[in-house]
Amino acid sequence: MRFMMLMIPKGYEKAEPGTMPDAKAVAAMTKYNESLQKAGVLLALDGLHPPSMGARVSFPGGKPRVTDGPFAEAKEVVGGYWMIQVRSKAEAIEWASRCPASEDEVIEIRQVQEMADFPPDVQKAAGRPA
Amino acid sequence: MSAPETHQAIDAVWRIESARLIAGLARIVRDVGLAEELAQDALVAALEQWPGSGVPRNPGAWLMAAAKHRAIDMLRRRTLVERKHQELGRDVEAHLAAAARDADLAMEDDFGDDLLRLVFTACHPVLAVEARVALTLRLLGGLTTQEIARAFLVAEATVAQRIVRAKRTLSEARVPFEIPVGADRAERLSSVLQVIYLVFNEGYTATVGDDWMRPALCEDALRLGRILAEIAPGEPEVHGLVALMEIQASRANARVGPSGEPVLLLEQDRSRWDHILMRRGLAALARAERLGGAFGPYALQAAIAACHARAVTPQETDWARIAVLYETLARLEPSPVVELNRAVAVAMASGPAAGLELVDALVSEPSLSQYHLLPSVRGDLLEKLGRLDEARAEFERAASLTKNARERALLLGRAKACAPA
Repeated sequence: MRFMMLMIPKGYEKAEPGTMPDAKAVAAMTKYNESLQKAGVLLALDGLHPPSMGARVSFPGGKPRVTDGPFAEAKEVVGGYWMIQVRSKAEAIEWASRCPASEDEVIEIRQVQEMADFPPDVQKAAGRPA
Repeated sequence: MSAPETHQAIDAVWRIESARLIAGLARIVRDVGLAEELAQDALVAALEQWPGSGVPRNPGAWLMAAAKHRAIDMLRRRTLVERKHQELGRDVEAHLAAAARDADLAMEDDFGDDLLRLVFTACHPVLAVEARVALTLRLLGGLTTQEIARAFLVAEATVAQRIVRAKRTLSEARVPFEIPVGADRAERLSSVLQVIYLVFNEGYTATVGDDWMRPALCEDALRLGRILAEIAPGEPEVHGLVALMEIQASRANARVGPSGEPVLLLEQDRSRWDHILMRRGLAALARAERLGGAFGPYALQAAIAACHARAVTPQETDWARIAVLYETLARLEPSPVVELNRAVAVAMASGPAAGLELVDALVSEPSLSQYHLLPSVRGDLLEKLGRLDEARAEFERAASLTKNARERALLLGRAKACAPA
C-alpha cells in the first residue's frame, strides 16, 4: 500500500517568493531521504515552492476564478511530499517519526486510494472495463 | 500510545529494522540462524518493555543492543560449559566486543555489505529453491512465518519447518557469511535474482488459488529488488530485474477486471497504468544499459516490457523490436517458453500464420506438455486464422492445464466464443 507523507511547515503560508530551506536542514533531510531510498520504500518525493509563488483556482458559481498567492485565508500549506510504499499505516507512521523535522513542522500521513477501495459504480466511472 | 498501537508500532519497527539487525548480528556470530534467534529474542524483549516505556527514540539501536547482550550472555554460558574451549571462548568474546563496536558504526551508516552478505547467504545454492524463498522473505523481507505461509498458500508448519531446515543446512554446510567474489559471484547473484523474481511472479500471476494476483507479494519483491539495487549498485542485472518488476507492476491495476478476472495486456486500459512505477522502471532499465548490461536476461525482458510501456495504444507497439529482443533472449538462454513468446511477437509483427509456424514447432516439446500457455497461444492464433474448431480445442486444453481459477474461466470463455453459433 502507498502513503503520501505531506510536509506542513508552519509559517510557509506566509513565506516570501523564493524562500528556500537552509543548507543544514537540507543535508539532514537528504540523509533521511536516502534512508527511505535504501529501505526500498521511496517511490517519489518533491519539495514545493511557497504559495506566494503559486495560485489558487476556485469555482464560485461553477466558474473558475484565479487568486494569486499568498492566500490570506490559508492556515497551513503543504511544503513538500513523499510517496512511499509500505506494508501498513503503522510503518508509514514509523517512517514519518524518523524525519529530522523541526518543531514548526507537521507531517500528515494519507493513504493513497487504490482502485480496489472504490465501490463498483465508482470503479466503472473511473473507466474500469466492465 | 495504547497497547495495540504499541504492538503495531513494534511490528512496523521490525519490518524496517529486522534485516539490518539480523545482518549485523550474523557478521558478529557468523551464523545466520543464530543471528535470527538473537534478533527474535530482542523483539521479545521489545514486546515486553516498550508497551510500558514507549518506543525508544532509536528503536534499531535499542534492538541491536538487546540482541548483543543476549549474544554475549550466550557465548559466556557456552564457554563455562566447555572449559576446554575457554581460550577460544575468550577470543570469541574479544572478537565479539570488537565486532559489536563495528556493528554500532554499521548500524549508523554502512550496513549495505552486511545486508548483501545476508541476501547471498539466504539464497545460497546449497538450499532448495523454496527454502531460499522462505528464508529471504523471513530474513530480508521481515515477514513472519504466518505471512509467508499465507502468501504461498501452504501450511504455516510447512514454512516453519522449511526455515528451520534451511538454517540448519547453512550451519552444517558451514556456508560462510560473505559476499562471493570471482567466478562464483555471477552464479550466486543469479540465484538471488531468481528468488526475488519468483516471489514477484507468485504475486503477479499466482500459480495456485482463487486470486489472479497477490499485490502485497509483488510489493515485497519490489522492495527487496530496490534494496538490492542500493547495496549492489554496480550490478546491471539487478537494475534489469528491478526495471522488469517495476514495469510489470505498473500494469497491475489494469490487468484485473471488476470481478477479479485477468485482463490481457493488449486489452488493458493503458490510462490506468501506473506512471510512477513505469517511470521508475524505465529509469532502472536505462541504468542497467548504462552499466553495459543491455543484453542481460532480465534487462532484455525489461526492454521488452518497456516496448509495451512506451506504446500509448496497443497499435503503436513495436512488435518487430520485441521479436528481435526475444530472439536475443532465446540465444542467451534457450528456452521453449521464450520461443513461445517470440512466436507471439512474430505473429503480431508478421501475421498469425508466421507465428503459428513457430508455435507448431513447439508442440512436441516435452517441457511444454503441461504448460497452459502453449495451447492458449496456439488457440489464439488459430482463432485469428479462422480455424475455430481447432482453436476451441486448444482453449479447452489450456483451461484444463491452468491451476489458476480466474485464468481457467477466461480460457473457457474464449473456447465458448469459438463454438459454432
